[in-house]
Amino acid sequence: MAPDTGTAKTPPANDADARELAQEDLQALFDALTARGWTVVGPTERDGAVVLAELASADKLPYGVGVALAPGGYRVRRREDRAAFAHSAGPQSWKTFLHPERARLWQADRDGDGTVTFTPDAEEKSPVPRYALLGVHPCDLAAIARLDRVLTGGAFRDPVYTPRREAAFVIAVACGEPGELCFCASVGTGPGLRDDAPCDLAVHEIAGDDDVRLLISAHSARGAEVLADPRLPVRDPDPQLPELARCQTEAAERRMGRELEAEGLRDVLAETLDSPVWDEVASRCLTCGNCTMVCPTCFCTTTEDTTDLTGDHAERWRRWDSCFDLDFSYVHGGSVRTSGRSRYRQWLTHKLGTWHDQFGSSGCVGCGRCIVWCPVGIDLTVEAARLREEAGASEEGTA
Amino acid sequence: MTDTVAVADGAPDVVTPLPYRVRHRLRETADTVTLDLVPVGTALPRYRPGQFSMLYAFGVGEIPVSVSAVASGGDAIAHTIRAVGKASEALCRLRPGEVVGVCGPFGNDWALGIRPAGADDPVTPLGTAPGEDLIVMGGGLGLSPLRPVVLHALSRPGFYGWLTVLAGARTPHELVHRADLMQWHALGEAKITVDRAEAGWTGPVGLVTDLLRHAVFRPERTTAFVCGPEPMMRASAEALMDRGVAPDRIRLSLERNMRCATAWCGHCQLGRVLVCRDGPIFTWDQAAALLAVHEL
Amino acid sequence: MSCAPRPKLAVWKFSSCDGCQLTLLDCEEDLLPLADRVEIAYFLEASRATSPDPYDLSLVEGSIATKDDIDRIREIRAQSRVLVTIGACATAGGIQALRNARDFEQLRSVVYAQPEYIDELATSTPIADHVRVDFELRGCPIDKRQLLEVITAFLAGRKPDIPDHSVCFECKRRGVTCVTVAHGTPCLGPVTQAGCGALCPAFGRGCFGCFGPKADPNTRALLPLLRTDGLADQDVARLYRTYNAEAPAFREAAREATDTVKETAEETRR
Repeated sequence: MAPDTGTAKTPPANDADARELAQEDLQALFDALTARGWTVVGPTERDGAVVLAELASADKLPYGVGVALAPGGYRVRRREDRAAFAHSAGPQSWKTFLHPERARLWQADRDGDGTVTFTPDAEEKSPVPRYALLGVHPCDLAAIARLDRVLTGGAFRDPVYTPRREAAFVIAVACGEPGELCFCASVGTGPGLRDDAPCDLAVHEIAGDDDVRLLISAHSARGAEVLADPRLPVRDPDPQLPELARCQTEAAERRMGRELEAEGLRDVLAETLDSPVWDEVASRCLTCGNCTMVCPTCFCTTTEDTTDLTGDHAERWRRWDSCFDLDFSYVHGGSVRTSGRSRYRQWLTHKLGTWHDQFGSSGCVGCGRCIVWCPVGIDLTVEAARLREEAGASEEGTA
Repeated sequence: MTDTVAVADGAPDVVTPLPYRVRHRLRETADTVTLDLVPVGTALPRYRPGQFSMLYAFGVGEIPVSVSAVASGGDAIAHTIRAVGKASEALCRLRPGEVVGVCGPFGNDWALGIRPAGADDPVTPLGTAPGEDLIVMGGGLGLSPLRPVVLHALSRPGFYGWLTVLAGARTPHELVHRADLMQWHALGEAKITVDRAEAGWTGPVGLVTDLLRHAVFRPERTTAFVCGPEPMMRASAEALMDRGVAPDRIRLSLERNMRCATAWCGHCQLGRVLVCRDGPIFTWDQAAALLAVHEL
Repeated sequence: MSCAPRPKLAVWKFSSCDGCQLTLLDCEEDLLPLADRVEIAYFLEASRATSPDPYDLSLVEGSIATKDDIDRIREIRAQSRVLVTIGACATAGGIQALRNARDFEQLRSVVYAQPEYIDELATSTPIADHVRVDFELRGCPIDKRQLLEVITAFLAGRKPDIPDHSVCFECKRRGVTCVTVAHGTPCLGPVTQAGCGALCPAFGRGCFGCFGPKADPNTRALLPLLRTDGLADQDVARLYRTYNAEAPAFREAAREATDTVKETAEETRR
């Protein structure tokens, strides 16, 4: 369940309502968003990668920047066109902004007579950042929905994520250029944007030889309000544009670099917990935690209890954690998952298997980041296929 | 669209501890105490037996602890804590009048959510059929989360069948809730064993599962409540099944690393379950497969 | 609370460059509140004034490199309630432990004009090889925030929050793009303990392991990657044999790299 962002009650997007915006006029969209109090966060080129950052202006977008991906390899490349959103699997995901890597939860003060006062951070006057997330690809839009389920869809609502999520304005962009390691099509999260995609604005970026045009539809009331801003130079779309957008999505669907056979995977993983495949992967796995850090749905955190030098002021913080940290499974007496084998197995079986039991879907959205940013290029689609093969073989054996 | 959104929908803040004061402190063993806690101001919602708290020792840290007593009236709760790390050591050092931070109640309870549907629905507060027998098996500190079960059952004579409490510890000195055990023993409800006898010990020596051999109960009409170290729970479940108790009639309390207790942090995963959310109480038919996998 | 005697802090130096002690002086705005909270009883780098033992918290910098060091560290241990070693010298023997794998007599005669004046042990070893150590704080030098965490944790009776996971955690948390994946730069980050705040990768450089091995590092799995990124096996060995050369996992990793050189050479001969 998504927080009440206004997206739930959205009128379904309708091509008839779609508007066209020239890429040169993206600054006007920035202006419309900043005028309404949002800080635009989007892709930009930095340090040899397309990263996500607060963007001061539309100039910062990565025009004409594409990427070349391989397991454990990422390089930016120049594109022949000036598309700004035709790149995939960058080193960060949107969780950086919605589920920050470190956040304070509360402070406590002890006075002379031993009275302790706890102050939740939600009561602090610091305003919740209001981000407009610009350029959220369908895989990442699905990832946000998975985080919604984990952090707001249970008995308790996360006090850091929930207000950030509610405040966020989401501009999704259909993926026209999947990377060599993408597999959203096989896990059903992309590359297109469905009419009911949970965002505020849905964009198709159509890059031609000498221009880039954006086809934008509103998916929420506030999206419609932004799109109707009189200072936004939108026009009725070129009648060919919706068809071009459709073709682009269809073509993208056929260009996935990877495939993950999702059907029955949960059972396959439950049946292969003792497989030698895990030992083999563990021999290659650095247990460095990169896959979990770049994964757009990995949500795990740990807590920090701090004190200042007076000893009478204490704080509780939390920060991103990973199942690859040896301490992650610590119970009195030692850690449960001491071997690299069991830690890799935890990551993969949770992402693709037990996530279904815990949160009603797979935890994988097919973005390919864990393959790209694994320094040694461990490929979860390959490992899942090996396990499937083994499960199949053992079934035949017993039959 | 306001600039600041507090926790959504006025949902209760489950992250920030509420201050509770130590009303009474009982030393159980050399390294274990029971703290009776009362709210300094606002009280947390009512606990059910088997649920747990996150207890925060000022400036030191936070640990999950099951309730070892739930006041039938009022807001007092008890926790029994063994000093095994910095946070538990600090909690064990607390004196009456001192303040501890408490979050909770978290997790499910020994009744596993089985509740009477109405006034004439024949379900006990422990989620069993009236008149059924209860076996309570505690190993070491594992007796603490079970204590509210026993206290409740004894408070409702006639509602339950035979009650048998089987408690074990490594040595007589490591037995917790001694006064309760004495009383339960005197009532004929409890049997106590130790791994290693010490001077003055006249009771049985051996495993808690050995006590089961002499216990009288009707297996098909019995619900077992088990808590202790994992090997003890596994052995107990097997011994109970040998006596004919069905796996779904054996309930146990599991422990994993709990950092948040709200199912957000991922630490307490045990295969398909989040122990803080789906547990800590599971039936043996749920838990057996989870505990059978090495390093799950 | 203010009436209670302040805990006594002592800072000790063994074979080292003083850089880790300087980190304490570098605490600037936190130094005065710290001096309020603890009695700085022995810290020659900061003050000649000393007060007698026992000490509640001893921070020990440097490695054991002379016979005299051994006696002195035993005495300090006996005088200290809590003993924390700080820096690569104290926790792994430091850069001077490079001599451990060499012929010490030969080194001594080559390095010093009058070797007879040099009264050194043949090895440089971490403090924990000689006395019980309550906590080891890594780094060359140590990180200021981590040092303050260790001290405030000690004062509060808390377990210090010093993770033993990889540097990669810090790169990702900081939003530093991976220098290995995106640039092909050799980096020890995946096998090195966090704590520096991903200092080198933040400046586009590979990690050279100055915080020593992370918990349970898989150096064998990193070796092929370091080669792909352009390091010869001898360079790999050199990369591991720096500040934490004698940390067991890094010593082993260096040996693995050069062993493969030998193996490959032997295979070629065959």
